[in-house]
Order: sequence, then C-alpha cells, then structure tokens
Amino acid sequence: MQNDIILLGHGSGGKLSHQLLDELIIPTLSQVAQAEQNDAAVVSGIESNQIAFTTDSYVVDPIIFPGGNIGDLAINGTVNDLAMSGARPLVISVGLILEEGLRLNELGEILRAMKLAADKAQVRIVTGDTKVVPRGKGDKIFINTSGIGVFDHGLRPAGSAARPGDKVLINGSIGDHGMAVLASREGLDLQTDVATDSAPLNGMVAKLLEVHGSAIHVLRDPTRGGVATTLKEIALQSEVDICLAEENLPVADAVAGACAILGLDPLFVANEGKLLTIVDGQEADQILATMRSCEFGADATLIGEVTESSSGRVMMRTAIGGLRSIEMLAGEQLPRIC
Amino acid sequence: MKYSSEYRDPELAKALVAAIHQDVRGYEGRMTLMEVCGTHTMSIYQHGIRSLLPQQVRLISGPGCPVCVTPLTYVDQAVAYARRSRTIVATFGDMIRVPGSTSSLQLEKARGADVRIVYSPLDAVGLAEKHPEKTVVFLGVGFETTAPTIGGSILEAQKRGLKNYFVLCAHKTMPAPMAALTSDPELKVDGYICPAHVSAVIGSDAYRVLAEKYAVPCVVTGFEPVDMLRGIQLLVRQVVAGEARVECEYSRIVKPEGNRAAQAILAQVFEPCDALWRGVGLIPESGLQLRSEYLKFDALQAVPVDVEEPREHKGCLCGEILKGKMTPRSCPLFRKTCTPEHPIGACMVSSEGTCAAEYKYGDC
Repeated sequence: MQNDIILLGHGSGGKLSHQLLDELIIPTLSQVAQAEQNDAAVVSGIESNQIAFTTDSYVVDPIIFPGGNIGDLAINGTVNDLAMSGARPLVISVGLILEEGLRLNELGEILRAMKLAADKAQVRIVTGDTKVVPRGKGDKIFINTSGIGVFDHGLRPAGSAARPGDKVLINGSIGDHGMAVLASREGLDLQTDVATDSAPLNGMVAKLLEVHGSAIHVLRDPTRGGVATTLKEIALQSEVDICLAEENLPVADAVAGACAILGLDPLFVANEGKLLTIVDGQEADQILATMRSCEFGADATLIGEVTESSSGRVMMRTAIGGLRSIEMLAGEQLPRIC
Repeated sequence: MKYSSEYRDPELAKALVAAIHQDVRGYEGRMTLMEVCGTHTMSIYQHGIRSLLPQQVRLISGPGCPVCVTPLTYVDQAVAYARRSRTIVATFGDMIRVPGSTSSLQLEKARGADVRIVYSPLDAVGLAEKHPEKTVVFLGVGFETTAPTIGGSILEAQKRGLKNYFVLCAHKTMPAPMAALTSDPELKVDGYICPAHVSAVIGSDAYRVLAEKYAVPCVVTGFEPVDMLRGIQLLVRQVVAGEARVECEYSRIVKPEGNRAAQAILAQVFEPCDALWRGVGLIPESGLQLRSEYLKFDALQAVPVDVEEPREHKGCLCGEILKGKMTPRSCPLFRKTCTPEHPIGACMVSSEGTCAAEYKYGDC
C-alpha cells in the first residue's frame, strides 16, 4: 500500500477502502476469496438447538502492551465469554473503528495477533466491518467482536449455581493484565516483567465439562473489577456466602509489589486469561488436577469455599488470621497521594 | 522487585495477636487508639486487624487522609480554575472526584475543562513548559510527605524560568491536629498510631510534645500487618503501664530527626500558617504557605479567580468522622445517598478515606 497511515479515505467505501480490505485486512484475518465476499457470512456446523451469542468492545489504552495487544485481547475476550457459558466458540465477527493517522504497521501487528489468537482458539473470523473516524474523534483503534458458540452437551454452568460446600478454583495468578496495562500506560518503570495473561480458555473449559460434567457449577472469567467483583456477583446470584483464604490467593511477586506501590488491591485488578470455577466440593481435587493438565492451567489452585448462608457475602480470612469482607469494585482504582 | 514478606509473616502476626491479648489481660477499661494516616486506615481494613484485637482495644481513624481534610472552599477554588479559559489544572488522582459546592473537577473535565492527573508535581512543571500559552495550576494538597516534592517543583519551575506554573497551596502539617484532638474533651484518645510516611520526613521526635505535654503515648509504625500489630502492641503496653513515650517501630525508615534534605526544601519554600481542616476547623500553625519570595508561584495571589459561596451538603458527617467521633456506619448518608460512585463527602472519595475503606472492606 502506498501510505503508511490510515486516511479518512480508507473508510470511504471506495477505492482506498477496498485496497485496505484486500491488501491488509482480509489476507491477514481470513482467506475468503473475493468471489465469496457477501453482505453476511453463512455459518455451517450448528446442529444444537441452542447457541451462545455474545459481544464485547475493546478500547484498551495503550493498544500494544507487554505480552499482547488490543487484537488478541479482542479475540480472547469474546472466546472466553462464550466458553464461560459452556459453549464451544465457533465463529467471530470483527468491527474495526480506526482513527485517521493510525500507523498501518501497528494495524498490521494487531490484525496478525487477532489471526494467531483465532487460530489458537480454533474459531473462524467470518465477517467484519471497518470504519475510519477523523483524527481526535477516536483513539487509534477500537475493536468490537461478537461471537457465536454451540453447545455440544446439555451442561449450563451459571452464576446462580454455587451451593454450600462447593470449592472455588482459579487457573493461576491474579491481576497480571491490569498491572501490565497500567504500568505501560502510565510509563511506570516498575523494573518488572509483568505481562498480560490474555489467553483463550475454551480448551480448558471443554476439558473440564467433558471430564467432570455437572460437577462444574459456575464458570466465570474475572475481567474488569477483578476476582473480588466476580465472586461478589456470584455470591449474590447464588444467594450464598463465599469465603476466601488470602494465603491461597496466587499473586505474582511483581504484581503484589506494583500494587503495594500504587495502593491497589490485586483482588480488584483485571484479568484476561483467568477462569474462576465453583465446583462440587467432593470432586474439587480431581478437577484441580484436570485444570493443571491443561494449557494455561499449570498454576491452578483452590482459593476458597462456599459456606452455609444465604446473605450473598464474600469474606476473606487474611493471611494474619483476620476476617474482612469484600465488596464490588466501586468507581475506579485511584493512585494514592500520601 | 521483592515484596517485604517478612512483615507479612502469618506466624509472627499470630504470635503478636496472642501477645496483645496477654498484655491486656486484667485491663478493665477500654482504650481508644487513633491512627492519623490514610494508609494505616486502609491497612487495618485490608488485613482485618480489628477482628483480631481484644475487646479492650478500640481503633478509630483520625484526620489522616489529605484529600478528606481539604476544605470545601479549596475544591471550589480548584473548580473555578478548571472553568478558567486557557488553564490546565494538574492534580493527584484522588482530588478529581471530590465534590465541591456545586461541581467537581471530574464534572468540569467532562464539560471540557483541561484537568490532568499527574503522578508527580514535576509532570505538572513539564506541562507548563510544553504549553507556554496556558496557565498551569497544580493542586498542592497533602502533608509533609508530598509538600517537599511540590516545593521541589517550584524550585524547578524557577530554575527553568517558567512564568505559567502556579500552585494552589493547601498543605497540612503534623502533629498540630493530633494535639488539637487530644484537647477535645468529647474524644478521649489513649494513644496515637503516628503516620509513617509523614514521620519519615518530620522524624519521630516531632511527637515528643504529645507524649510530654499531653501525656499521650505515641508509636510510629509501618503499614505491613506485622508492623501494625507491633505498633499496637507497643501502644497497648504503654497504656496498660500508664506511660506516655514516643516509640518507633518503623526505624528501618523513620529516624528521630527525620529527613533533613526534605526539611530543608520545606523551610526554603514554605512557612507555617494557620490552616482550615475540614471537619476539625482552624488549627494554628498546622499548614504551610509559600514564603514571600515564592508568592509569584501562588495561584490565588498571581491568578485571582471568582469562587462561589461554599455550601456544605446537609447531613454530611465527614467532620465528625474525621475527628473519630462517629463511625461511617453511624452516618445516615453512608451506603444510601453517599457511595463511592456518588460521594457526598470527601471521606467517601479518596481511596484512603475512612468511609471508602469501610465501604470497600467493611468489618465482619
């Protein structure tokens, strides 16, 4: 292509638009031949009488951060939303809103990351749209992805399905994504190697449901608001109490240190490759073993349990033996000033 | 980066809890210990420390959050600068959501004002250099912890010859309010958990006046749970023994004489003044103002603005909460009209405010 940045004309629907699609977007994201490009994708392979359907928009700043970029984030996020419902992600749509002036090499890097993430998660990008907004009216790139998943079974894990005696499991350390983005956005030199945990979790979910079936009561990905907010939502939906043990919470040293400096609590920091599952207490050990055998599950661990009560509280036994209650994230986390 | 795990050691913490229970055995009264540092407030909630202490020991929060003690008029002044044309208001993050009489910086920002969150006052100096056509007003709030960095930013602005960098100055100092609260007959403070960062600058000797003149035990302590429990234990032992001394548990950071270099910047740029503390009132010699030779950097002097009449929200009990006379749960607005999303008073805004901490962590 002749230019190295996005021009308003790339969104005109005319020649430049076609050039962008034919020379960069379509060759990177999918292999649809020009003859097959239509107004809507035809999706085959859906035999189940129920499908899962989800959508999410991605506006992360900066668009490229340690361990990933807005592209793989947009694929993994939608894949994971489908997976948490118990469905097998099948197809994804990609809506790109580009700001005039975005560098084409950055766009290329983002598109390639999307393609890699889609291949890894075994989903197909089947339809999409591209718009360009004038400089200053957007922020480099926003991405919307929608996805369709199919159910290969009758299992429907849900936030309302936690029961007393259940155990709470997570597949690894918390707060990595939020701290990676924050450190990179604010230019904080934390002298650490905190990278995003963004990853597709559908493989692990499929394995868990295949091996343990109805013993998997709740599946959720603790993204914005972190583990604390997600667990509080589950406690309210299921009308149970959840008790965490602080000493069992997996937090990387670098994340704990950065949070301490900034006055943040890793329990409230976003994750993009983490899965919280609440499972039958009798089968928890076996389920943990299954998680650990999966990719992205090596550090799976038990962090708490569901207790006999209907008040929807989340509590944490602190490492020093104290008890504190945990509420949803309110507002945003602010840096401290003294 | 290695985290200070030895100060989070569960076994050490449990042994300290047991020792505190042992120390108060036979003590019949109920002692009130006050912390005057927002980070201590957070730490107490975060580690569930109240739930571990014997019933004879009561912890209350004092005026230790810099955002919370900043008077309403100050917020209104900041809003007035935000509304001024060709003006950038630079601030630490916590100030942006504090409600003023009719607006907040957050609201003004949404309406188009140029309000920037910075992590260091030097970033604000950088803004002034980058935008010579604009007036940059930095919101100088906080205790001796932040004041030296703001003093440093003024010296830097002078060095760079900037004519468009100003500070809206409302610095507070310790331990004047602690002495004021000690004299309050309604509030019987039996011991102070003295602030940690502030003490690193002013030194632990600064509290001797409290111990010697007012006979209140003072312990400087750190933020980790083991620090907190050790500090509480030292205070409990003094109260039980009827003693009043200054002790420092945080000697790895705090020296008796403090940080001389930071003190030198404070003395060079600022001089003591009477200051208005939200909730507490006017306390003599409890604030810092710019010395006459630096008044050209004082926003109110150099860039006058019209400020609206202050109007406190009816029913807001931040003042009583800041003095430790009431707890967040006894405020009728708490969790009802006043929440972190829609704060009425400053105690709910700052992450270190007592109400925000109570809302977020509660007590079981």
